[in-house]
Amino acid sequence: MSTETSLLETGLRESTLFRFATAGSVDDGKSTLVGRLLHDSKAILADQLDAVARTSADRGFGGGAAGSQAIDLALLTDGLRAEREQGITIDVAYRYFATDRRSFILADCPGHVQYTKNTVTGASTADAVVVLIDARKGVLEQTRRHLSVLQLLRVAHVIVAVNKIDLVEFSESVFREIETDVQKVARELGLGSDGIADLVVIPVSALDGDNVVDRSERTPWYSGPALLEVLETLPAADELESHLESFRFPVQLVIRPQGALAPDAVAAGLDVEAYRDYRAYAGQVTEGTVKIGDKVTVLSPGAEPRNTTVTGIDFAGSELAEATAPQSVALRLADDIDIARGDTIAAAGTVRESSADLYAALCWLSPKPLREGSKVLVKHGTRTVQALVRNVTGKLDLATFDVQPASSLELNDIGNAQLRLAAPLPLENYLHHRRTGAFLVIDPADGNTLAAGLVKDHPGDHEDERYVI
Amino acid sequence: MSTLSTTTTDGYASTADAAPAPSPRGIRPADDARGSDRPDATPGAAYAVPALRSDRLSSLDTLESEAIHIIREVVAEFERPALLFSGGKDSVVMLHLATKAFWPGKVPFPVLHVDTGHNFPEVIEFRDRTVERLGLKLVVGSVQEFIDRGELSERADGTRNPLQTVPLLDAIQRNKFDAVFGGGRRDEDKARAKERILSLRDEFGQWDPRNQRPELWNLYNGRHTVGQHVRAFPISNWTELDVWRYIERENIELPGLYYAHEREVFERDGMWRAVGEVSMPLPHEEVVTKLVRYRTVGDMSCTGAVVSDARTVADVVVEVAASTLTERGATRADDRISEAAMEDRKKDGYF
Repeated sequence: MSTETSLLETGLRESTLFRFATAGSVDDGKSTLVGRLLHDSKAILADQLDAVARTSADRGFGGGAAGSQAIDLALLTDGLRAEREQGITIDVAYRYFATDRRSFILADCPGHVQYTKNTVTGASTADAVVVLIDARKGVLEQTRRHLSVLQLLRVAHVIVAVNKIDLVEFSESVFREIETDVQKVARELGLGSDGIADLVVIPVSALDGDNVVDRSERTPWYSGPALLEVLETLPAADELESHLESFRFPVQLVIRPQGALAPDAVAAGLDVEAYRDYRAYAGQVTEGTVKIGDKVTVLSPGAEPRNTTVTGIDFAGSELAEATAPQSVALRLADDIDIARGDTIAAAGTVRESSADLYAALCWLSPKPLREGSKVLVKHGTRTVQALVRNVTGKLDLATFDVQPASSLELNDIGNAQLRLAAPLPLENYLHHRRTGAFLVIDPADGNTLAAGLVKDHPGDHEDERYVI
Repeated sequence: MSTLSTTTTDGYASTADAAPAPSPRGIRPADDARGSDRPDATPGAAYAVPALRSDRLSSLDTLESEAIHIIREVVAEFERPALLFSGGKDSVVMLHLATKAFWPGKVPFPVLHVDTGHNFPEVIEFRDRTVERLGLKLVVGSVQEFIDRGELSERADGTRNPLQTVPLLDAIQRNKFDAVFGGGRRDEDKARAKERILSLRDEFGQWDPRNQRPELWNLYNGRHTVGQHVRAFPISNWTELDVWRYIERENIELPGLYYAHEREVFERDGMWRAVGEVSMPLPHEEVVTKLVRYRTVGDMSCTGAVVSDARTVADVVVEVAASTLTERGATRADDRISEAAMEDRKKDGYF
């Protein structure tokens, strides 16, 4: 049976993938909203619903409310025993649902503890983030913090869901006031001017489902789309960017079988002689597009950049004419150059010199504080190098967006620091390069991830002054 | 896209539109969101803007690419990886992804099977044939041997899935595996939804869900110390339907019991159990012959069949898409033990 006919038989069309995260404050109904999205998009199956209904009934959810509808949708997302017992969400949980148009990966980020850690984690891979606001409370300090983090991480789309609109009698004036406040914060942050492509504000009731999957009749004054409509139509970050960015390809490993070919490939008729000297560089296109014949530059630490040409793009037996982020492929090059894991292959003429001086914003995710003079590891692309923290140059006040003097960073702090690397890396400004501008800070003692790092331009470069931190 | 431009709430985007900031990446957000205008290149950019691609990657292509990236990262960063291979569909898909990741070279790691001794014979036959076809080394950890040596005791309910943890950790230790690939998916279970793609395990193989490393961008931190190892889950983000659509698209062979076949079964705990040496009906349980298939393949004594006439992979895709039960809810007795059955097993070092 060929692939084509079987797809027709099943009548399922190819969908695209969209990743989004949720962020909210304490008790603003985030888990309920996630549960509602999953429930109303039919992603919750009968046995899961039964289990939740049983637990809801056991705990007397909904008081004396009549009908079987009174289930605690939050229970659908709280996966750990401690979460169910304490009624809070502890860790990021991933959820999956699909509509006809799209498959969704939802990172449900708790707002209770370590909100910066969880929001940074969820937002780092998200095409969009849904920020919840309780209609009765309006924009809180935590809302400002969330928006600030999203601006910093350059999330492509921000959707603000003004939840519990039912509890303010579906009042348009309450909604408009919050909407105005959100836009004011966004302007203060510079949201939309460079980092964020767009901002949508939607009145919803997660509990009742208003404007979550379908547009609500109870908000006649709102003419915009329901949340799911927005999620179905926004372009994913790679769709927005891959045709604008220059090609970047961190080499993961070298494929050089030296005669040790896969027996199944040989059995399928692979020409063993033709592959005796096969050598290709395996990796994922992190940014941009590469075509056969493209001129590329190979960046290796401690070596001059070398130029060559792409002669082949292989993927498991088929030769591609081009590859685009985020495809995993193997590249063949014209010249016999010494290339190893950790090197980067980039479109020729688009890279600047590698640098051992790293200026960065750090989102500190560890209880172990950052001190000036400490030694850490930096993982950038496929390379990990030692680094010395020279100094901490400031800390962001997430509520006022001011940078304050600081000499250390604590858990959930976001600050600026200067690091000296043991080997130069092809660093690029995160503002322009969401992938090659990102790195991890790792504790050399226990291997734990200490911080999410965003590369900034060197002081004096002033490529973009709006990038305040 | 038009729904976005008609909203009255995107006032901010309109403002940006009216006074366009020279976005460094050349994206004029509002226009792009409406799809009404082709984005321009940054003036003075050092490179030409390629034509817009008409073919966007499908969700399966994106998931495949992510999985291959993860498999290559683990192989590059670890000394001795191994892949858990039971002959079940998720592990078969994992192995298929590994062959694609290293083509035209061999898969550069052995496969590890934790054998409960309660196997479906056709699955063992499939396992051995696959290992032979790909020229792989097979390492087997045997639950039966541990029971025979008195290091494990049979449970009252006869289920051996939870007993796999000890032979698994033993095999990891004896072979000095520092990374073990698993086909676990986050959509399978509430506890697995909280699992990382690279999950650190201590000397006792324990999972500490409250103290996990944050996983950022596509940068995976696999650092570990002596005695620790990492479980890697490259298909974390796949759903059961994704797995089946991929099996269909890639024409991947599976053990025959995944497709509808006639089998002698009896009903227990609301599930159809196969009649076999380790799974015998009680006197009051009536044996009938039904057209069934398996949605998961595990210990024969606790894996149930579902009544199905899905004889081909296309039939199965349609059936899974329309299913109203999760695969574990429908077919795994061990996950019905309690609300946190999987979480508890994972904390003890289970897959």
